[in-house]
Amino acid sequence: MRKEYETVIGLEVHVELAAKTKIFCGCSTAFGAAPNTHTCPVCTGMPGSLPVLNKRVVELALSVGLAANCGINQFCKFDRKNYFYPDNPQNYQISQLYLPICHDGYITIETPAGEKQIRIHEIHMEEDAGKLIHDEWEDCSLVDYNRSGVPLIEIVSEPDMRSADEVIAYLERLRLLIQYLGASDCKLQEGSMRADVNLSVREKGSSRFGTRTEMKNLNSFKAIARAIEGEKKRQIELLEEGKAVIQETRRWDDNKEYSYAMRSKEDAKDYRYFPDPDLPPVYISDEWLESVKSSLPELQPEKMKRYQEEYGLSEYDSRIITESKHMADLFEKTTALCKKAKKAANWLIGETSRLMKERGVEAEKLQFSPGHLAQLIELTEAGSINTNTAKEVFEKLFDEDIEPRAYVEAHGLLMVNDDSALEAAVDAVLAANPNTVEEYKGGKTKVLGFLVGQVMKTMKGKANPGKVNEMMAEKLK
Amino acid sequence: MELLELTALELGKEIQKKNVSVREAVEASLAQIHKKEPDIHAFVTIEEEKALRAADRVQKQIEDGTLTGPLAGVPAAVKDNICTEGMKTTCSSRILSNFVPPYSAEAVKRLQAAGAVILGKTNMDEFAMGSTTETSWYGPTKNPWNVKHVPGGSSGGSCAAVAAEETFFALGSDTGGSIRQPSSFCGVTGIKPTYGTVSRYGLIAYGSSLDQIGPIAKDTADCAALLEVLASYDKKDSTSVLRKDYDFTAALTGEVKGMKIGIPSDYLGEGLDEGVKKAVLAGAEALKAQGAEVEFFDLGMVEYAIPAYYVIASAEASSNLSRFDGVKYGYRTSDYEDLHEMYKKSRSEGFGTEVKRRIMLGSFVLSSGYYDAYYLKALRTKALIKKAFDRAFETYDIILGPAAPSIAPVLGESLSDPMKMYLGDIYTVSVNLAGLPGISVPCGIDEKGLPVGMQLIADCFREKKLFRAAYAYEKARGPWKLPCGGKEEK
Repeated sequence: MRKEYETVIGLEVHVELAAKTKIFCGCSTAFGAAPNTHTCPVCTGMPGSLPVLNKRVVELALSVGLAANCGINQFCKFDRKNYFYPDNPQNYQISQLYLPICHDGYITIETPAGEKQIRIHEIHMEEDAGKLIHDEWEDCSLVDYNRSGVPLIEIVSEPDMRSADEVIAYLERLRLLIQYLGASDCKLQEGSMRADVNLSVREKGSSRFGTRTEMKNLNSFKAIARAIEGEKKRQIELLEEGKAVIQETRRWDDNKEYSYAMRSKEDAKDYRYFPDPDLPPVYISDEWLESVKSSLPELQPEKMKRYQEEYGLSEYDSRIITESKHMADLFEKTTALCKKAKKAANWLIGETSRLMKERGVEAEKLQFSPGHLAQLIELTEAGSINTNTAKEVFEKLFDEDIEPRAYVEAHGLLMVNDDSALEAAVDAVLAANPNTVEEYKGGKTKVLGFLVGQVMKTMKGKANPGKVNEMMAEKLK
Repeated sequence: MELLELTALELGKEIQKKNVSVREAVEASLAQIHKKEPDIHAFVTIEEEKALRAADRVQKQIEDGTLTGPLAGVPAAVKDNICTEGMKTTCSSRILSNFVPPYSAEAVKRLQAAGAVILGKTNMDEFAMGSTTETSWYGPTKNPWNVKHVPGGSSGGSCAAVAAEETFFALGSDTGGSIRQPSSFCGVTGIKPTYGTVSRYGLIAYGSSLDQIGPIAKDTADCAALLEVLASYDKKDSTSVLRKDYDFTAALTGEVKGMKIGIPSDYLGEGLDEGVKKAVLAGAEALKAQGAEVEFFDLGMVEYAIPAYYVIASAEASSNLSRFDGVKYGYRTSDYEDLHEMYKKSRSEGFGTEVKRRIMLGSFVLSSGYYDAYYLKALRTKALIKKAFDRAFETYDIILGPAAPSIAPVLGESLSDPMKMYLGDIYTVSVNLAGLPGISVPCGIDEKGLPVGMQLIADCFREKKLFRAAYAYEKARGPWKLPCGGKEEK
């Protein structure tokens, strides 16, 4: 009989911090500039240049550590990791090995079996490398050092995850947390969040870990989930065949859905780590730590709670809205403008979610402005447009962020609220349908709908149906 | 008035008084360089046109009153491991033989702001690794007192250029004695300041935790005035220190009465040349005659300084020098198949033997499995050496001893025995390990006609004590005459 296996997974997550300047020099971290324009002697490894630590990076790293329930090493140090590669201008990376800034935290995820804590071993600060571009035409390699020195944190988890679902849940919680902190935008595709997966399998019930492999080149949550399933299968097959898993680094090819060995432990590099003599140890005073703590923004669980208490939203609605920092921002700004929290929530949960699904847009990429949504809500509340028109306008708002008032005016979608115009229309319909009026008066009150419909028809749908209804009922008394 | 014999401060005064123009001073130095270089070879790069242009610019600034400092218009030389914008900076290595920095070191900027005119870049041991200036890719510098002897190192070019009166002063760097030992061998005065006093920004690193830039000049007063210019708190160097006092020249009083001076008995034992010992002890006697209290004591830890130094400096160097790979700047081999071969050949061809030896040593002591046994142990030793000095400075204002165990050796005799060369650093490396300031002042000429330097060491940030003692000693010693260069040994 085939044995039962358990998958054991730990993650190393690199996150690019949202500091405006690099970790050890004053160069910009902005994405997408012309090659080697965001560079200086420090981040190109010029002889004689020296690193100077960016304080903002320490604060962002601290905020992530605090929010992830970590202990803080108030005396932390930078170490050099020595290896030769052209994207690394000094041929060493400044990182933290011996005394990383944060240690021993956890993130709580939800699983079908309830809440589960995923422990964080450590969080350390380090610098990113440049980018190598191979020019096939000229048959040469070029280096762009714009990314060199961009600040990163590496969040190292304990091997606490047991499935791809748990890994995705952990990554989503982590991403949400960091986005709430404003510490990074965490875009996997642009590389501002990258995850390496350490995975091993063992027989269920065993207390010893199996031999693990590390997988790199995972560019989306879906790729991560596929890589985990693929690697789990590969390792179990090896064990079933009586073969051993080799400790190695593997590269995931998402198109082929297979991982390839990059290097094994035997030829693992000796990085000759040692404390960087150019950077004195970082001392984080109690006052500094306190000031970072006190400036931590409201995080998702608190926000969710507040939405229920302050705005009377349901737990479900609060959750949906706060699952994206951007959506929560939209909600709060819209509410502040129109003072209609529930209406704002309804638009975001109903139509917004529907269109997101239909258009394949992520919550973080929603581009309509809260001012325009607030205007749409006001128009609807004032009875200036009807529900169907509002939905039509919202779709335009969702896609192009049009200004609702200008749009309905330009397209003649405003409802007629003018009493005399309505009255004239009602009178005309009553006069034209004497038989129906009789039927109504004879007790067949459901014909009212027909009569209202006739008014709506003559008004080309722009009459306020509530008002017409009211007026009609009054006249028929 | 013999222009070239003036000290930097004396020349500065003459320039301010309009007795000498900056151009005249620079032309005199350039003429001396032309005369002396064939024998001495103190320079790697001579920038005549740039120097003359700078001279005219400085002259204008002096005349319109924007430059009034004591060093305005004084010609200077800069060691070739200190970056100078638009001026080749090679570290006397093939691997940087074509490197022109896009920026100047902070120390160079400060010199230029004070009105000094840079004549060129001086020769050195490759990447400051060596004690003789013989490991230079450009060939050795000769000692102006006797061209059959080395000038010491690694700032041998800077010291020889001052001794041969090719320049009025020079910048050097000192990681394990590289200012003090060649100052001793060349009969000039050189100070290594407290670690953190002069910005390292733009100094091409050898051992980052030990490197300091310092001035080399004809006497103590020049060194004090120069350190006032060079010392600064620089945000670009995270190891830079904001000091309370920068008025070093205020210490030039000539007064040492009651000053407590200790001579480590463990500096005077085996391996010290008799001639050096005699000259240094005579120097101590002269200070005693001025009213200083001089006594012998046991410093301790002396024999551990060299192994600790070579482990730490080599470890840092192995990492610092990894950026020289042929990718971004500097020498690249002409023929290679792939990246790995390009690295390997560029570095094999670009670095000399001594540099390779230290890169290998440093890589070894940092490698996994040896890190604790060598690197960490060396760091612990460094801390114990600092403690030994701390104890000594509870009693003494100044520690006095030789700068080197011998006078300048004959060319070629050191490189064959690196261990012997390393042992020559015994009196200087502990000062770097403890971050202390140390100065070498000429204190005599031995029977071979070569100068001897006396080293004075003070506690961290106590340069003023050093200057006070060194200045008082100079007064007692009397005028010091430099050789007019290039005499043959009899």
